[in-house]
Amino acid sequence: MDTFLQQIINGLTLGSIYALVALGYTMVYGILGLINFAHGEVVMIGALTALAVIKPLAGAGLPGPLALLAGAAVAILVCMALGFAIERVAYRPLRHAPRLAPLITAIGVSMVLQQLAMIIWGRNYHSFPALLPATPRELGGAQITDLQIMIVVVAILMMAGLALLVNRTRLGRAMRATAENPEIAGLMGVDANHIIALTFVIGSALAAVAGVMVSANYGIAHYNMGFILGLKAFTAAVLGGIGNLAGAMFGGILLGLIEALGAGYIGDLTGGFLGSDYQDVFAFFVLIVVLIFRPSGLMGEKVSERA
Amino acid sequence: MSVPKRNVRLGIALIAVVLSALPFAVGLGMGNAWVRVLDFALLYIMLALGLNIVVGFAGLLDLGYIAFYAIGAYLYALLASPHFGLHWPAWAVLPLGALVAGLFGILLGAPTLRLRGDYLAIVTLGFGEIIRIFLNNLNSPVNITNGPQGIARIDPIRVFGVPLSKPLEIFGVHLPGVYLYYYLFVLLALGIIFVTVRLEDSRIGRAWVAIREDEIAAKACGINTRNVKLLAFAMGASFGGVAGGLFAGFQEFVSPESFSLMESVMVLCMVVLGGMGHVPGVVLGGLLLAVLPEALRHGAGPVQQMLFGRVLLDPESLRILLFGLALILVMQYRPAGLWPSATRRREFSKPGP
Repeated sequence: MDTFLQQIINGLTLGSIYALVALGYTMVYGILGLINFAHGEVVMIGALTALAVIKPLAGAGLPGPLALLAGAAVAILVCMALGFAIERVAYRPLRHAPRLAPLITAIGVSMVLQQLAMIIWGRNYHSFPALLPATPRELGGAQITDLQIMIVVVAILMMAGLALLVNRTRLGRAMRATAENPEIAGLMGVDANHIIALTFVIGSALAAVAGVMVSANYGIAHYNMGFILGLKAFTAAVLGGIGNLAGAMFGGILLGLIEALGAGYIGDLTGGFLGSDYQDVFAFFVLIVVLIFRPSGLMGEKVSERA
Repeated sequence: MSVPKRNVRLGIALIAVVLSALPFAVGLGMGNAWVRVLDFALLYIMLALGLNIVVGFAGLLDLGYIAFYAIGAYLYALLASPHFGLHWPAWAVLPLGALVAGLFGILLGAPTLRLRGDYLAIVTLGFGEIIRIFLNNLNSPVNITNGPQGIARIDPIRVFGVPLSKPLEIFGVHLPGVYLYYYLFVLLALGIIFVTVRLEDSRIGRAWVAIREDEIAAKACGINTRNVKLLAFAMGASFGGVAGGLFAGFQEFVSPESFSLMESVMVLCMVVLGGMGHVPGVVLGGLLLAVLPEALRHGAGPVQQMLFGRVLLDPESLRILLFGLALILVMQYRPAGLWPSATRRREFSKPGP
């Protein structure tokens, strides 16, 4: 089996998921300058909600793809409501507070969501049923499953949709204007509160889809799955240049590839000294190196230090 | 405002009496487990004061601070345990821990100082994770850290040859180990408080605050911003290293899971909740956040039993839930912290832009 091609396929799958989550981080950061630490938990809630819908449906004999679709739809709605509520309750009152206050709040929200999920779904790992045919297809010596194809295709479609929304519609123009300068945008008749709430809602919808994907991909969902995933996705957003949509997509895919290739080759590179346990080190190490040489990310614009 | 000298002396005497009587009051009233909680609270206060130098004074957001605690703890564990058969005295290891952690602080700081605030946060976060992953995995092919199992049977700290882990009789007064550690930690914490308070009003402390408020202006005033920022990283890290060494000696066991990202976040919360850059506020924050969760852990079960007749929610999970809610609420109503310095309170009471 061709390791290189196989790791590229795995990396693209993982990277698509990272990219979807990273978009949520980067959209919020672009408009509010806030690291929304709770975003990873939204992904987790999306995964567990979808699972709660899928299990009985699949048990009742509904075909796998349909059950998956239904689960994703419910998860999207729940996460949209959740994203809206988080913004309204936790972040909006802090719009003009010192910079660290919203960050601490985000950490608090993240803890609350995690524990609520634990109370609802318990401490156990839930297995995610295999809903798509599991027989892999041969591709140039490597294997690719239907699920992996679906993840990459859906991610690309969603990112294309978002790009269209942001660049081609009236709403997108309002979003870009608010990101540029909320006050001036307000003077031009843009309702900044409305736009910010919408940003959270859209980001949360993407997160819900990513949550379904990641738990389907690994076959597992857990109340604790959001934090590390969120961290990786945030890393991806920073890698690409935070606040920049294309950067988040690029950074996500890149991080997925780096991780997959790093995990595949780190043993060979270091003569067996470091194993694939160091996968995460690899991701963070690359991030640090990139930031040292390109402090505003790979695709970020040069931004002057904000006071 | 000047306070008469007599009152200052009286105040110091009062504080000394309270601090030395505290373990007895707590230990007799609530049991020795609570004195242990106090010991941990003191360690957290030391950590919070160290992080306060980096975040509170110099305004550099560090999300990987616990890594320095880990470095200090593992250094102690490796040099004073049967793991390598080394048994260095604590008084050699602790300063070495401060030094090594400080060096790591410079190592982390040097390449990252050009970064803007949020990027700095994520890089430090990555650094913290890298250290933890290495601690977790450096057990093969050469066993250095003993991996996830951690290192056990670490030597206790000895003062004048007396191990603090064993109870001691002095003049007929029985002092359990947790009391002895309490007195050691109180002394060291007071030392660290003294150093930070003196630092705050020194030339360096003012340089830090100037950088926090406006880096460009600080540079224009002739402050060597690079060196001063590096110094903040190194000093903060060395406090963390000392606290880590004390932790290892006190606990007699270290494992990577004590040094997760959540711990970094916890220490940051102590600093921010207490009142960033304000030493008494930070001490209060450390004390509250170390003691309250414990109180919830012990109190949540019985209270539920009383109210509902059975335990509905797992106390551990309820503890984190309430803790998260508390963070959110404090930030909504007191964004400058519970006990901010007078200047910051004035700044925040002004209407927003």
